Order: sequence, then C-alpha cells, then structure tokens
Amino acid sequence: MAAAAKVGTNYTGVQMSPKDNKRLLDAVNDIHPDVPGDERGMLVERTERAAEADRIGSVPVPGSAKGMLKTGFDMMRGKSPEVFLDKLGERLAYERNGVRLYEAMIAKVKALDTPDTALVDTLTHIRNEEHEHMMLVHQAIETLGADPTAQTPCADVVGAMALGIVNVLTDPRTNVDQCLNALLTVELADNAAWELLIELAQAAGHPNIADSFTKAKTQEDDHLVKIKTLMRRDLIMQTK
Amino acid sequence: METISGIFDNKGTPLEKQKFTWKEMAGKPISKLDDDAFTRVRIILMNGVETDALRLKHGIARFNKELRLPLAEIRRVEQHQATMVNWLIGADHSPLETTVAYEQVAIEVTAAVAQNEPDRYQAQTYRFGLLEDFDHLYRYAAMLDRLEGKDANNILQGYTDLVPGRPISEHHRHPENDIRDNYEKGTAALITKIHAALITGAEYQTHDYYQNIGPLFADPLARQLYAEIASVEEQHVTQYGSLSDPSESHIEKWLVHEAMEVYMYASCAEQESNPRIKAMWERFLDYELGHLNVACEWFKKIEGRDPAEILAGPLPKMVEFKSQRDFVRQVLAAEVNLRTAGPAYVDKAKEPQSSLDYRNHLASQGLASDIVSAGYQWAPGGELMRKAS
Repeated sequence: MAAAAKVGTNYTGVQMSPKDNKRLLDAVNDIHPDVPGDERGMLVERTERAAEADRIGSVPVPGSAKGMLKTGFDMMRGKSPEVFLDKLGERLAYERNGVRLYEAMIAKVKALDTPDTALVDTLTHIRNEEHEHMMLVHQAIETLGADPTAQTPCADVVGAMALGIVNVLTDPRTNVDQCLNALLTVELADNAAWELLIELAQAAGHPNIADSFTKAKTQEDDHLVKIKTLMRRDLIMQTK
Repeated sequence: METISGIFDNKGTPLEKQKFTWKEMAGKPISKLDDDAFTRVRIILMNGVETDALRLKHGIARFNKELRLPLAEIRRVEQHQATMVNWLIGADHSPLETTVAYEQVAIEVTAAVAQNEPDRYQAQTYRFGLLEDFDHLYRYAAMLDRLEGKDANNILQGYTDLVPGRPISEHHRHPENDIRDNYEKGTAALITKIHAALITGAEYQTHDYYQNIGPLFADPLARQLYAEIASVEEQHVTQYGSLSDPSESHIEKWLVHEAMEVYMYASCAEQESNPRIKAMWERFLDYELGHLNVACEWFKKIEGRDPAEILAGPLPKMVEFKSQRDFVRQVLAAEVNLRTAGPAYVDKAKEPQSSLDYRNHLASQGLASDIVSAGYQWAPGGELMRKAS
C-alpha cells in the first residue's frame, strides 16, 4: 500500500505545462463569456427549486399499539415525536455505517509494510463500540414502538453524506493518514450528534433513553481523542 | 498525408486464447493526477468503441440466426475488454470530472478525425459537431467549478481550451435537421467508413453516460444541464449514425467495425505513455485482429465476397492523440455561425423555422446551460481565483 505523500509527475497544475496553459489563457482572454451574469443566477434558480421541491420522504408511523399511543399522546401535547424518531433513525444508520468504515480501515492498516498491531487493536475497539451504539439506538427505537428497520429521512441523508467517506476508506490507493482524516470527520460529527441526541431525548420526555445514551457519548469522546491523536502524531512525525 | 498499410495482414490472437480473469478486468486504475490526460482520453474512447461493438453485434444477431453464436463468442470477449478498459477510471473522479474528460475526448478525437477525413462533406460534419462538444466542455467546466469548487483544467491538463463554442442554446434542432447525407459504400475510402463508425460509437457512449449519471446529481441545475446536453448527444448520434451507407450489409458493417477497432487499438498502442496501459492496447490489438479474421471468414462464407473489397488499400496515419487547439480555434472562428437545414450546412440566418420552434419550446421554462455558465471565465485554479485578485 502507498504510505505517505511522495513527490512525482503530477500533471494537474498549470506549472506542469506552462506553454499550453498560456495558450489556454490567451483563448480565455480573446473569447469572452456569451451569457451575461455570474453565479448568482444559480442561487436564484436553486432558491426557486427549493421552494418547489417535495420532501425526501417521511418518518414512518410507529406500527405497534404502544408506539401509536405514545406518538398520539405526544402529538396531542403539541410535540413532534417524529423529529426525535427521525434523529434516532439517523444515528442508527450512521453507527451502522461507522462499523463498516472501521472494518475497511482495519483492512488498510493490516496492509502496511510494518504491521501496527496496536493501531489495529484501537480500531477494532472503536469498531466494536460503534456496533454497541448501533444496537443501543435500535433498542431505543423499539422502546418507542417504532420500526428500527425503516430508513428515516435523516438516515437517508446521512447515507448520502457518507458516500464520500466510504470511497476514501475503501479505495486501495488511499493511505492511513488520508483515511484517518476521513474518520476524524466522521467522529467529529458523531460526537456532536450524540450530544444533541441526548438533549433531544430529554426534550421529548424520554429520560431513560437519555440516560442510556450517556455511556455512548463518553465512548464517542474517547474515539474522537484517539483518532485526532493518531493522525496528529503520525503527520507530525513525517513532517519533522 | 502519411499512410499506413498492412495492419490487417496479421491473424492476431485466436478467439479461444482471448482470456481474462475477473481480477485483471477490475484491475488497478490509472492515476487521475499523475497519468497524462491523453491516457484517459484513449481509455474513454476505447470503452466507447467496445460498447459500440457490442451494440452493433446485438443488432446483427436480431436479424441473423446463423451468426448468433459466433457473434456471442466475440461479444463475450468485447464485454471483458470494455470492462478492463473502463475500470481503469478511478473512483476519485467525480462523475462531473469524468464528464469533462468525455468532452475532451469528443473535442480532441473529432478534431483529429476531421483533419484526416478525405470526404469534404463528412469532414464538415465532424467540424460541425466538434464546435458543439467544445461548447459542452465550457458549460460543464462552469458547472464543475460552481458546483464542486473544482478546476476543470486539472482534468484537461492545459491541452484543451475552455471558452464558449457554438452556444448550446442553439444546439437543439428538429430531427429533420439532424440527418446527414451518407457516404456511398462503393466509392468511399475505408478511412471514411472507419471514422463514421468510430465517432458514432464515441458519441453513443457519451449520450449513454450522461443519460445514466444525470439523475445521480442532487442539484436541480446539474440534473437539467445533463438533460439538455444528453439530448444534444442523441442528436449527434443521429447525425453521425446517418453518415454511413444504409445499403451496406450487416456483415459489411461488422467488418468495417472490426477494422476500426484494429486501427484504433493500433493508434492507442503507438502513442501510449503509460507502459502498463500500452501493453493492454497491444494485447487488445491482437485480440481485434482475431475478431477481424472471424468476421472476414463469415463475410466470405455468407456473402461470397473477398474482404479485400472492403479492407484493401492504405489508411492514413494513426489517429493523433494530441492537443488540436490550433485547428479548433480556426474552426471556431470560421464556422461558429453554421447551422443545418436538412442535411445541408447553412448560415445562422437561414436556419429552418422547425428547429427554432423546437428549441424555443424546450427552453421556454429556462435553460440550465445558460444559468450555470453565466459570465463564466476560466482562471487557473477556478474563477474564484480571478475574482479574488
């Protein structure tokens, strides 16, 4: 596997082909844009399309009698339990994706010329905790009488967000530092999301769920520190 | 003009020895950053050629029971050739970056073909289409910069200009103005037939690519931009597809296509800078010679004719994979105002009402190509660099 960044024949910049790029600039200076305006027209159009758009989808109605009652009760009190359910669905999807990301990362670290068993152990530990968190959210959704197998709108959207991260982790050409950077993005967002989820559980009147999430938040704090430290240590060592 | 001859005089690799493994087909991609842009141009082009080979042979098989098995045998190899070629594009290309590369293929290859084409009308047709693909590149470059914040020149590597061509707002035409006159099979040069097969296949692939990836975008303007340009690519397939003689038999078209594949792999192998990819082009050149020989045998058997009737004589030198900037600029200056009236090329002022009515209705609720490219002027590193200075 490729390790750190190396100097090579990167052809993308203008300095690699100054003559060609001078001629390109000559063309740009000779032939001007044919449509007047600037990028602000795109913003106007996007605003219009956003106003016209349908939503991504809906939060499914809880299927069990207990859940129906609970939802109905909260609805009658002017609350929106579907907002909390949607965020629970999001966290379940995110943690499930997280397990797969760490599995991809472990495979990458195992491909290093010098095996780093300590790093593999750390990643395996985090992977297992992500799995625990996923099951914790699964259980919370069931407690509310809702369906943990449904893909909620927020779950769908974090799936779209994760596509780039999946590509970075599973591309055999990316190195450990590039992947740690991707995992840092994942952990930063995850950390803030658990913090919010606990607040939402309390606001929605589910103190037991909020309590059960506290341990997960503590573990997520630990993930964030670990990933940040690993990345910093490795890059500073290479830079010095 | 330099010529080559004798490239068809080799038996190539026998079909039964044309073998692949899944792992080699889904092998290591090229580097988006470190490989020359023309390596990617050749990869995209040859994937288009192979997928068109499949398309043509499926078409023939619909009309000929006897050929179904031999065509299926060759198609299986071509499917795997197409896979091995197309899987060389790495996943760090966003679909929009790959799109920019597709337009670079259309511009640089069509410009090379237009200069090598001996038939004046056919050459005019290539120049006409060229200015539209040139314009598509400009619109997509603006989209790439304004959607993903990326510089299209990272893909183009300075070989291709990024300025408006014939404005896309004037590309959409009534179908009656997209049909072209065809070459006459008895008098046309082999290279004329090869060019028509090549550019039709390349445009077909571009159309299919845009048609497939357009819905992958979330941004409504990007989705509409792909819809607008995919429709022009369908016009281009119509245009280039009508250049070939409809009275050629199915097997004759098969023979021309195989000859085109041989010529193109030879062109790729001759100019490839990446040794691993060069070895693949050479291997596939031998495979294609094997396919051509099978086609020749069936041509003799079914039509009772000598394949030399089609394949004899010299060909121009190989397709040149290099920046065609000077030629494109000349064509842009001289022919940007050309339009079509039926199969004829006319001045803008004489464009038929049928095309004007057709496009006015389509654009009556807005044209994304205009919106995304409004005022777009490329600068090294993207337009934000220009605005900062």
